[in-house]
Amino acid sequence: MIRKEMIAMLLAGGQGSRLGVLTSDVAKPAVAFGGKYRIIDFPLSNCVNSGIDTVGVLTQYQPLRLNTHIGIGIPWDLDRNHGGVTVLPPYEKSDNSEWYSGTANAIYQNLNYIDSYQPEYVLILSGDHIYKMNYEVMLDFHKENNADVTIAAMPVPWEEASRFGLVITDENKQITEFEEKPANPRSNLASMGIYIFNWSVLREALVTMSEQSNCDFGKHIIPYCRENGRRLFAYEYNGYWKDVGTLGSYWEANMELIDLIPEFNLYEEYWKIYTNSDTIEPQYISADAVTERCIIGEGSEIYGQVYGSVIGAGVVIGKNTVVRDSIIMQDTVIGDNVIIDKAIVAENVSIGNNVELGVGEPAENKLNKSVYSFGLVTIGENSVVPSGVKVGKNTAIAGKTTKEDYPEGLLAGGESIIKAGDIL
Amino acid sequence: MKALGIILAGGNNSRMQELSNKRAIAAMPVGGSYRCIDFALSNMSNSHIQRVAVLTQYNARSLNEHLSSSKWWDFGRKQGGLYVFNPTVTSDNAWWYRGTADAMLRNIDFLKRSHEPYVIIASGDCVYKMDYNKVLEFHIEKKADITIVCKDMPMEEDVSRFGVVRMNEDSRIVEFEEKPMIAQSNTISAGIYVIRRRQLIEMLERSAEENRYDFVNDILIRYKNMKRIYGYKIEEYWNNISTVESYYQTNMDFLKPEVRKYFRDEPKIYSKVDDLPPAKYNVGSDVRNSLVSSGCIINSKVENSVLFKKVFVGKNCVIKNSIILNDVYIGDNTHIENCIVESRDTLRANTFFSGGDGIKVVYEHNERYVI
Repeated sequence: MIRKEMIAMLLAGGQGSRLGVLTSDVAKPAVAFGGKYRIIDFPLSNCVNSGIDTVGVLTQYQPLRLNTHIGIGIPWDLDRNHGGVTVLPPYEKSDNSEWYSGTANAIYQNLNYIDSYQPEYVLILSGDHIYKMNYEVMLDFHKENNADVTIAAMPVPWEEASRFGLVITDENKQITEFEEKPANPRSNLASMGIYIFNWSVLREALVTMSEQSNCDFGKHIIPYCRENGRRLFAYEYNGYWKDVGTLGSYWEANMELIDLIPEFNLYEEYWKIYTNSDTIEPQYISADAVTERCIIGEGSEIYGQVYGSVIGAGVVIGKNTVVRDSIIMQDTVIGDNVIIDKAIVAENVSIGNNVELGVGEPAENKLNKSVYSFGLVTIGENSVVPSGVKVGKNTAIAGKTTKEDYPEGLLAGGESIIKAGDIL
Repeated sequence: MKALGIILAGGNNSRMQELSNKRAIAAMPVGGSYRCIDFALSNMSNSHIQRVAVLTQYNARSLNEHLSSSKWWDFGRKQGGLYVFNPTVTSDNAWWYRGTADAMLRNIDFLKRSHEPYVIIASGDCVYKMDYNKVLEFHIEKKADITIVCKDMPMEEDVSRFGVVRMNEDSRIVEFEEKPMIAQSNTISAGIYVIRRRQLIEMLERSAEENRYDFVNDILIRYKNMKRIYGYKIEEYWNNISTVESYYQTNMDFLKPEVRKYFRDEPKIYSKVDDLPPAKYNVGSDVRNSLVSSGCIINSKVENSVLFKKVFVGKNCVIKNSIILNDVYIGDNTHIENCIVESRDTLRANTFFSGGDGIKVVYEHNERYVI
């Protein structure tokens, strides 16, 4: 086997439960983003653009969409003779078969995979962040400092620092201490969950900690390395980075793409984001359509009005329909005379005619107020919304709904209709 | 695997004006996201024809680049594959391809070493969708020597740029005239032929002995009465790109919902993937009845037009009834009407282009300053 200097392990098994019905049937890394992409495209593209050609993708929760999307890695040039992308689901072993119980445990269960490439370094990534980053530069930093572990960290505003896991460094960027969501932060460098390990160091830690239940990088492996006198460094990253963990931050990150010159610019030539898309046709904008401040994916047909929205590929928006400040994912069909205000509509949803989404005043969601807030209407994939109904704010819909599900034709603010998916 | 495919993509046509300076017709961008040859290639792939040869000659750089990987059309296989044959100097031949028959003759080893009993010959400059197996079935059923796919053109259309055929009631072709002065019928050859492989080899070798090099004139027309040549009618959409007008019209056809739907439905037309971000509409964009491809950024008015990939439209522009090919930068306050703007062009701000009653091909050769 050809030896690889560094290989990447991409953690993509999480559910992302704070995305509510969006992830009831798909893993969070497979959720659509930016009118064309899926969240996992960003770390995968970063890998190939950084010259990393061997990536293990650890999957667990609802992996079908993820598996289909990744395939043999053709869109990212990760179909290689040696290396390339390998999807690594949990597998049965002769003595103890178990699910991946934590981020580090998932890596531990795939020691053989990493060993087979005999890498010098292993890059640990998570599949749920939106950013562009050159891991090669981070590796150079790691080597220069003769580090055992390098953690990517970004400066956050001081007033928000207490929401993050922070690293405290000396003047040489060597990490002296960690603080998890401290009340009085002493640093504003937040860990981004991106690590480079010397493989020998990580391997030793994983094996020693193998009995640890729910073994996690942040909670167990990094502290273990620190306690054992390993050299830990913080690599400061100053570009755009967004954790799209909640519906609010997911919506916001999409909306930021619409800005005239977005902070996160997809139109730059030199750091392309690759994805697997089967639609290549141009989009059609009809004679009475209006499209302003929006991005629209391939093959969509727009007959209505779209303002400040992100529209995926193959979406149909009917006549006299107005879509405002919303995310509509691919292959969703929206009828005529519909008003959509601040909604997230997942893939392959069908919305009838004369529907109004996002009416009235926001009310606290009764099902899960921490998930369904931000005044959004969230509709899960493959759902059906019948003609002529109104839907309030902070609501969630999943599954094929009919008129009977809407008392007096209205789903009031804060209510939910969940007829499909894992989360009930 | 009953048939192998040959796509004739070497041609040029002076009636394409400046558009053909840059590339062979088969590499012309079509319908916002395709190249002309994608239609023949996808039809081959969707008809489960696994061995396909593309014969190129005229300005093939762009075409070769497009075909640099065969995976987009699913030809990257151990069984079969995509073969691109450019003319080469050999020990016994220093000519360019002297015609379509010569092009095939010079690659006769490809034909001889294949095992498929039939050959589908298609030209790379037509826009259509077709299951070649249906033609092959017809060919076998009629016990034909050669089957020519034909198309009835609208009565008012001038067909003098095509090969015009007349069939009897059994679909046998009784007359074939190439680019006639006065056409005797409105049925034309669609440039797609089915022939037995051994028959083709024999005909090509015989023509070569007589120094005849053109497939249409020296084989189809010459053998018209000796061999059983049949016509199979294509009823669906078919268009040929050979003039600026036909190119313009073919692209504008994609503004019709039925044409878009026809090409979008399965089986699909494949093309090389470009990995461009979705199209972006900024404040001031006013797009009506137009096709917009990925990577475009629009800041002003676009009407009844087709924008290919990665077009930038500045502020206060008006683009009307025009085709903007890929990677064109249009500066602010520019007016474009009834034009085809050549790919990778840069149009300065405050300029005016109009095709008047006709269609103008715009190619400005300006430098682009990239920030």
